[in-house]
Amino acid sequence: MSTEDTREEELKGVGCSRKRKEDPRFIQGKGNYVDDVKLPGMLVGKVVRSPYAHAKIVSINKEAALALPGVHAVLTAEDLKPLGLHWMPTLAGDVCAVLADEKVSFQYQEVAFVIADNRYIAVDGADLVEVEYEELPVVVDPHHAMDADAAIVRDDLVGKDEAGQGSRKHNNHIFNWDVGDKDATDRAFESAEVTVKQKMINHRVHASPLETCGCVASFDKVKGDMTVYMTSQAPHIVRTVITLLSGIPESKVRVIAPDIGGGFGNKVGIYPGYVCAIVASIVLGRPVKWIEDRIENLSTTAFARDYHMEGELAADKDGKIKALRVNVLADHGAFNTHAQPTKWPAGLFSICTGSYDIPVAYANVDGVFTNKAPGGVSYRCSFRVTEAVYVVERMIDVLAQKIGMDPAEIRMKNFIQPEQFPYQSALGWEYDSGNYPAALKKVMEAVDYEGLRKEQAEKKARGEIMGIGLCTFTEIVGAGPSKACDILGVGMFDSAEIRIHPTGSAIARMGTISQGQGHETTYAQIIATELGLSSDDIQIEEGDTDTAPYGLGTYGSRTTPVGGAATVKAARKIREKARKIAAHLLEVSENDLEWDVDQFRVVGSPDQAKSMKEIAWAAYNNVPDGMEMGLEAVDYYDPPNFTFPFGAYLAVVDIDKFTGVTTIRRFYALDDCGTRINPMIIEGQVHGGLNEGYAVAMGQELPYDTEGNLLGNTFMDYFWPTMVETPKWELDYTVTPSPHHPMGAKGVAESPHVGSIPCFSNAINDAFMQFGAEKHIDMPHNAFRVWKTLQEMGLNKD
Amino acid sequence: MAKTHIQFTLNGQAVETLVEPRELLIHVIREQLGQTGSHIGCETSHCGVCTVDLNGASLKSCTVLAVQANGGDVTTVEGLAQSGELHAVQEAFMQEHGLQCGFCTPGMLMRSYRFLQENPNPTEEEIRVGMSGNLCRCTGYQNIIKSIQVAAQKLQAK
Amino acid sequence: MIPGNFEYHAPTSLADALALLGQYGDEAKIIAGGHSLLPMMKLRFAEPEHLIDINGISELRGIREEGGMIKIGAMTTENQLIASEILWDKCPLIPTAAKLIADPQVRNRGTIGGDIAHGDPGNDHPAIMLALGASFVLAGPDGERTVPADGFFLGTYYTQLEEGEIMTEIQVPVPPAGSGYGFSKLKRKTGDFATAAAAVQLQLNGDSCTQINIALTNVGPCSFKASDAAAHLTGKVIDDALISEAAEKAMADCDPSEDLRGNIEYKTSMAGEMVRRAIRSALSNAKGE
Repeated sequence: MSTEDTREEELKGVGCSRKRKEDPRFIQGKGNYVDDVKLPGMLVGKVVRSPYAHAKIVSINKEAALALPGVHAVLTAEDLKPLGLHWMPTLAGDVCAVLADEKVSFQYQEVAFVIADNRYIAVDGADLVEVEYEELPVVVDPHHAMDADAAIVRDDLVGKDEAGQGSRKHNNHIFNWDVGDKDATDRAFESAEVTVKQKMINHRVHASPLETCGCVASFDKVKGDMTVYMTSQAPHIVRTVITLLSGIPESKVRVIAPDIGGGFGNKVGIYPGYVCAIVASIVLGRPVKWIEDRIENLSTTAFARDYHMEGELAADKDGKIKALRVNVLADHGAFNTHAQPTKWPAGLFSICTGSYDIPVAYANVDGVFTNKAPGGVSYRCSFRVTEAVYVVERMIDVLAQKIGMDPAEIRMKNFIQPEQFPYQSALGWEYDSGNYPAALKKVMEAVDYEGLRKEQAEKKARGEIMGIGLCTFTEIVGAGPSKACDILGVGMFDSAEIRIHPTGSAIARMGTISQGQGHETTYAQIIATELGLSSDDIQIEEGDTDTAPYGLGTYGSRTTPVGGAATVKAARKIREKARKIAAHLLEVSENDLEWDVDQFRVVGSPDQAKSMKEIAWAAYNNVPDGMEMGLEAVDYYDPPNFTFPFGAYLAVVDIDKFTGVTTIRRFYALDDCGTRINPMIIEGQVHGGLNEGYAVAMGQELPYDTEGNLLGNTFMDYFWPTMVETPKWELDYTVTPSPHHPMGAKGVAESPHVGSIPCFSNAINDAFMQFGAEKHIDMPHNAFRVWKTLQEMGLNKD
Repeated sequence: MAKTHIQFTLNGQAVETLVEPRELLIHVIREQLGQTGSHIGCETSHCGVCTVDLNGASLKSCTVLAVQANGGDVTTVEGLAQSGELHAVQEAFMQEHGLQCGFCTPGMLMRSYRFLQENPNPTEEEIRVGMSGNLCRCTGYQNIIKSIQVAAQKLQAK
Repeated sequence: MIPGNFEYHAPTSLADALALLGQYGDEAKIIAGGHSLLPMMKLRFAEPEHLIDINGISELRGIREEGGMIKIGAMTTENQLIASEILWDKCPLIPTAAKLIADPQVRNRGTIGGDIAHGDPGNDHPAIMLALGASFVLAGPDGERTVPADGFFLGTYYTQLEEGEIMTEIQVPVPPAGSGYGFSKLKRKTGDFATAAAAVQLQLNGDSCTQINIALTNVGPCSFKASDAAAHLTGKVIDDALISEAAEKAMADCDPSEDLRGNIEYKTSMAGEMVRRAIRSALSNAKGE
């Protein structure tokens, strides 16, 4: 091995499966999660919640609760009203009740907040708050939300012809959003040789990280400072919102996101519990902790999906797609608290043309209010990308079935070809890079696709049911260019600040926040490669708004595409300064220097070199005339475009025809996330995302009864597979760098979730299609639902 | 409500405290005794992030009263390393990337620690069954299984 | 999810436990493994004023064989059942089924007596006990009585256990040579209750079935024996057709309630399928296959 390779290896930079910097504290029980925070004089809050989905609040009697020793206060909307805090703005231009104002609009809605000495007394106190309700008729089914006689979910919006996202046509209507050339699309359908149309549901689910949401708010009455420890995927924007809500100057608000026990989108939003804790701390002048229990988490803090879609494809008889049309009814629950870039009411749903070269397309989304918990967050995906990928990946299979073509063949026929990049999609995106045919071909060869199809046919002849699912997805992540994306007016850039110490170690802070993705490890690798310093000497810090530069946080696979790019850019600023210092030290012109792993050397005279460590020392005592001392840089990166990770997945399932139980025999996942920073971490992210996709496709759901009662809000019912149920994962990859990202990286952690859900669903549908199933089968594909299909088709017999 | 005096061994140290009978072991360990390594996840004994060792058996400390641990011997993740040396399961989880957000990790480690004493040389299938009381949202389990296999090898080599 | 307040009692003898139970009556609850009771208390569905913890009564634990009978202390945990050589040797149905209950940690706390006495139709031991023809020893203020499993389960959370009584022992007749057992359970995931489960214990003489018990979990208000199904097979050489007919008869006895595990039709159908599977495995077992 050459010394150059050795030096490079010692850096543990990009491409290295470096062991994680975070792990020593986590394996020794020394993580610091929000519920571990204990401040002197800290009180605990508990939310009193509505048992009804829709009811008028007749009265609230706090007396018994206040009489309980250890209870300090009980807050209701009446108490928050004078402060103007009984309602709060949402990221989507709507407002959301902090504590129910005159009526409740979903079951488990926040009605009162009891603050007590400890969590035991807080729960006892909450039990003693007497609330008298008068039940109202409910709207549960979104398809009936805009009926003429539908109950009105939101009295506060009656008579308003918009709810923050454009005009609306009914009291329960939130918005209409459409994109694409409708007329051209309609014409393409009229003249098409083949058309298919299919309704499908991306059912309501919840990200439910193992750590629930919570915070500790601590207001210092003397200094006027507010410090909030919070499970937040976006602490900086939370700080801004706290200022906007409370009037406390942003300089006096400090939000700290400590170690986070998984986010998956659940911890993007700002929830009433947080606001209550903050207000309580201001009112009482003591720190107040609020931690959700699991039932509260599953019932209130931001569900995902609930997209009722109708997909249509027009094609010629050989399967070449001519047009795509999608109509969506989106159930946002009682308040429009979906977490998307503010101008995008349906997020990035317009990625729904997928990996295919579709000449024209049109998508149309209506959002409605129902008496269900509010939300619509992105659960381990960029905004509404799972829904978009699901509809196109199911529809292409539906089309394949209609014309009798193999699902792999129809994909190959319609892929955007490698030479078409950058590719302008019919719905307005510029895909950065991709090689879809190569990815699918690699998967088909790895699993012996032909052999699997043959086996499937043999099994069918024996009355056994096997399914093969494909998914060749394209994501859109890394929100986003500020011209397109903002949250409450703040552009969706991200940031990095790197400081090199005199002895050559470094500290770097970012505007993002890790929730298990290993940022402390991987950011250091990027800097190591860019600056020639060992990643072991680079300390990464995130999540404290007093120290980290402003950033929009971690969700929508934006850390690597945006924060990672900021890190590269900041590092390169430092390298350019280092080049000047090196030239000064070596007494040569800058142009005579070349970068070599961890040093600048003189071109043609490699013995003359200055290592980055030497340069760092010099930066603090011997810089060229006119140069400032020190070696640090900050970068706020506004990406020129999104990135478009892609992949090809294949699932093989066997269905027990008597019970409906599905066994995942194989799952092969090929991902292309561009440049790979830490393969070990990438693989771990993919494993985890696949398992979440498995959970969503095969069992998770938040079902409501006709009265708006949520059924199944504990881990008894809500499906989280254990090791026993979880399949084995086989991983593969290709590398197609992003041309516009400074290191070619695209982001990876959400691909396996986005890509695996339609893959599982396609496998189940494939299993039934071979027996002549004519209609699409909706998720979740749990044993009961699969059995119902078996029963309907008469397949559950010997 | 009158408080009850309890004492037990926590990670090798004798501890005593006053508790209400209704206080759950996990709350007492975390909030009174300050050992916050063990976590709270589901509160219905499904997720296992509160798994600790009591008298040589794994249990979910969200579904045991602190008074029931009176006189017992409790080990949490903080007690796994001995004389500054990490336990093999801790080493293996780091080596094989068996954790991500770290929230399930203390419970996973405590269950692995006990499981490998119950079954020092498990098959993959036995690991899946033996660890089925612990949920992880991040890893998809594959690297946890690998970690336990590696830990088993490390322990056998000792 | 925090339990309400209660007074805690930890008797170390059965006599003390019975005295406490007598003293506090319906204000008291017995806690065994606690994995049914504590979650209900956290949700405040149960708010006993006195909790009598019988974990400290060592006389209630242990497994022994005595006079053709296996006697299991009511406080014996699921993992102790699974670890019992006597049971694997003499009555493998019990540990086979116990392995499918909850998860390893819960099985360290959950007890056979708690599982039976709770009267939850989703618990598995009641059906196993019905299949094995077990009896339960109930201790009360006036002494002990022994009641057969058959007839003990009266409804959801409703058994023959009377106020003031504690289940102390489970007695299982050792199945004779030529017997076979089968247990089939369908569940959504580890840690869930059964969508449906069936326990079968049978005896063959040559190829002919001389005696068979079939019992079901979670497909009615309480566990029950599918007696018509059993009668249909008794005295016959069991073949596939007979198994299917028996399963149909068992299904006719089912009265499940709909929940997220499935509707009535599915659960009933799954009960039939579990019966089929359990009979088949009991037959193979009896034939030494």
